[in-house]
Amino acid sequence: MNLKKRFKEAKSDYFTYAGVILAFIVISVLKANGGLNRSQTGLLVPICCYIVMAVSLNLTVGILGDLSLGHAGFMSVGAFAGVITAMGLYNVIPSAPVRLALAMIVGAFFAAVIGFLIGIPVLRLTGDYLAIVTLAFGEIIKELITCLLVGVDAEGLHIIFNVSGSKTATDLNLLEGGRVIIKGAQGATGTKTIASFTAGFILIMITLVIVQNLIRSRHGRAIMAVRDNRIAAEAVGIPVTRYKMMAFVTSAALAGAAGALFGLNYSNLAATKFDFNTSILVLVFVVLGGLGNIWGSIIATVILYILPEALRSFASYRMLIYAIVLIVVMLTTNNPVLKTYREQLREKFGKNKDKEATGA
Amino acid sequence: MTSGSLRVLNPPGVWEAKPDAMIKRDPLVPITRTSYIPERDADKTPILECIDLGITFGGLKAVDNFNLAIGRTEIAGLIGPNGAGKTTIFNLLTKVYQPTHGTILLDGKEIANMNTAQVNRAGIARTFQNIRLFHNQTVLDNVLIGLHNEMDYGMGSAILHLPSYWRAEKIARDRAMEYLTLFHLEQHADDLAGSLPYGAQRRLEIARALATNPSLLLLDEPAAGMNPSETAELMENIGKIRDTFHIAILLIEHDMSLVMNICEGIVVLNFGRIIAKGSPDDIRSNPAVIEAYLGRKGGKS
Amino acid sequence: MKFLAYLVSGISLGSIYAIIALGYTMVYGIAKMLNFAHGDVIMVGGYVSYLAAMNLGLPSLPAILVAMAVCTVLGITIEALAYRPLRSAPSLAVLITAIGVSYLLQNSALLIWGANPKAYTPVVNGTLQLFDGQLSISYVSILTVVCCIVIMVALTLFTGKTRMGKAMRACSEDKGAAQLMGINVNRTISLTFAIGSALAAIAGALLCSFSPALMPTTGSMPGIKAFTAAVFGGIGSIPGAFLGGILLGVIEALARAYISTQLSNSIVFAVLIIILLVRPAGLLGKHTQEKV
Repeated sequence: MNLKKRFKEAKSDYFTYAGVILAFIVISVLKANGGLNRSQTGLLVPICCYIVMAVSLNLTVGILGDLSLGHAGFMSVGAFAGVITAMGLYNVIPSAPVRLALAMIVGAFFAAVIGFLIGIPVLRLTGDYLAIVTLAFGEIIKELITCLLVGVDAEGLHIIFNVSGSKTATDLNLLEGGRVIIKGAQGATGTKTIASFTAGFILIMITLVIVQNLIRSRHGRAIMAVRDNRIAAEAVGIPVTRYKMMAFVTSAALAGAAGALFGLNYSNLAATKFDFNTSILVLVFVVLGGLGNIWGSIIATVILYILPEALRSFASYRMLIYAIVLIVVMLTTNNPVLKTYREQLREKFGKNKDKEATGA
Repeated sequence: MTSGSLRVLNPPGVWEAKPDAMIKRDPLVPITRTSYIPERDADKTPILECIDLGITFGGLKAVDNFNLAIGRTEIAGLIGPNGAGKTTIFNLLTKVYQPTHGTILLDGKEIANMNTAQVNRAGIARTFQNIRLFHNQTVLDNVLIGLHNEMDYGMGSAILHLPSYWRAEKIARDRAMEYLTLFHLEQHADDLAGSLPYGAQRRLEIARALATNPSLLLLDEPAAGMNPSETAELMENIGKIRDTFHIAILLIEHDMSLVMNICEGIVVLNFGRIIAKGSPDDIRSNPAVIEAYLGRKGGKS
Repeated sequence: MKFLAYLVSGISLGSIYAIIALGYTMVYGIAKMLNFAHGDVIMVGGYVSYLAAMNLGLPSLPAILVAMAVCTVLGITIEALAYRPLRSAPSLAVLITAIGVSYLLQNSALLIWGANPKAYTPVVNGTLQLFDGQLSISYVSILTVVCCIVIMVALTLFTGKTRMGKAMRACSEDKGAAQLMGINVNRTISLTFAIGSALAAIAGALLCSFSPALMPTTGSMPGIKAFTAAVFGGIGSIPGAFLGGILLGVIEALARAYISTQLSNSIVFAVLIIILLVRPAGLLGKHTQEKV
């Protein structure tokens, strides 16, 4: 294949990598020189997590074309699996970065397994039915984790599934020196926060490599073929279920890794953090960034995550402003009248340029 | 199939070499009590055999007692009035619908347990009456999707862009461009499939189907919506496809001149049943066919 | 007897879900959109009837009527301003807009009425004692069930017999064709939102009579559950929404009583998933296959 042509096709990919690396360098320099205040620094890791969430959800919604309203569920699985891993290995592995990496791998693995199990029923459905079932699974995951009691001591992990709601952390019967990792509805408590901005950057880069290279492969083309015309995709020999599953599980695994990083960024984290509203939040990032547009997901995440923080001085009005911005953006980008007007403008502009070119 | 063993296409020169060549047609010979195939294919297993194929939709026999054999290099036609069940036959052959009864043998092998994708991999490719392209993807990508199963690199080399990825992608792209060139679409390779004019979309759909390396190509009304000159070109192309790729073609078509000019065996369907079968000459003079198309004498005109 | 008590509370909870689901299913049937703001219209209905009763001193019924009027106007306004301009837009754009409207309503309520829960006075008080007081049924429960049945029957008659109802069915099937037949599609959709929102107001008052804590987020979970109920019964189907709502309520009440309070929502959702796997179009929905 012509390398130059290939480069041209993948130009947006390289642009995305360059943008992320540049942003990382600039922010790191700023951070080192005290250019960021405490609350700004505190936003860095969550933004990285949400970027990975948005890019991975874009794989499901934009590339595969299935509306998922339960993406936070996978983040949740990853977060708690990651926290259990990191805290469970606290006395075994002294190096925090190694524990963090392991936690993210374990988080991704468990999220992938759950994604596979959920995918079996979910991917048989389509459209709004699929959406409502993913929402249902997200809520189920949230409630199941709310029932979890987990502790660790010299004997290893102690896990109780507290269905009746009558048990407490003391029922774990931990030995002297053991610690409780997850306390039911309170979620993870006393977690040692080992998440770092660098880890977030690396995770974003890994996510980008996986998602963008996947899109440009035969597998990615197959996934998009299923999205564009399922029947035609089957007719050219594409195993539709396998590719839907591939996209769904990859998306879940990446969300799990992001969840693990997120979970290890807070000393206390309840399962209710990963509810339906979080799934919606990420979906908003994806849709406003543009379906299938990876760079768009990144930019939309950064802007929309910072926006409510930036509006903090407006205090109680900020979510109202956020809602209005959301509606207005949707109305203006999708309004047929404005759309034709924009196209006319572009045409006019293009024509003028042509005229200038011929006139010169 | 591995990426290394991709079938080499005949160079486009062969394609262009004989623009006026007559489409080769042989007399039909019977192979079973009800099925005929062209003489030259008679010593080989037919590429497709349908035995007593049928499907029922809620008590309605949409297709019943359908028997057909197609030779390995035959161009066959499936005709009949609207609603006769022609597209239903295609849907049965490609397993979009599951037959209620009967057997389909592809190259002598039963395809009962296969799904649509597996049937394609086993050797049946098709186009659709209402064109089904991947509209938001480029023309080149449409054909590359057709070549999906001709590439063999796994997800790992896809994500890491290992050498096997580059090798297979390069071969596939070259192949895809060859297919596009055959159908005069090479200059549109980077355009979105949905932006092509109608006739070009039909050609692209055929190119995509051929890219899956079929041994039997099903064309559902390939000439629908085409003007006479486009139809004439299509007719020529169908002959060339058969001669270049050495495959069998079964087509549904309402344009009688096309069917009568290029098909060797023709099957006429009405109300889900075969009412006539044979060479174009047999069909032309068959009273049952005339009745099905023009109505009974003295009936409503 | 205990089981009977749970069953009764399940049926009355289910009736509320059914009332919301009836509105939801009509709106979905015609607008083909997941209207996430529907739950927040319920919340607004709750607040308006609460304020009408508290500040204006209105009795329950007029208070509910005021709430219905306000919600009807609200529903029509939302449709006209936010959804109508997007009629030809991709469904995801409409979904995000609906989410925006939901945020807008919740946060407006937060600004206007504050975050503190309001103690809602039930629309009717008292309980009916049966079997020598072994089974007590509150009058609110009875009222809810009766309301729900009346609404279901009325909607069935309306969509089946009246001109406007037929127009509605035509629009939900094929808007283009309906327009060609001289049906005013925009007006029909407005009317559907009006009916859905009025039902949401009734549901709001009844919901708050059951669990008297009224907050800006009161509507969101019942909204989602009602949509689940509508999907459960087969979306677009009026008897389906009724059946789905009741079943959902009963399952939730029994799960809460016999299995786990914490997992009651999970059990409801798990049943939904199982139903959809067995019957992909819901209990009473029609399954349509794409034509090839």
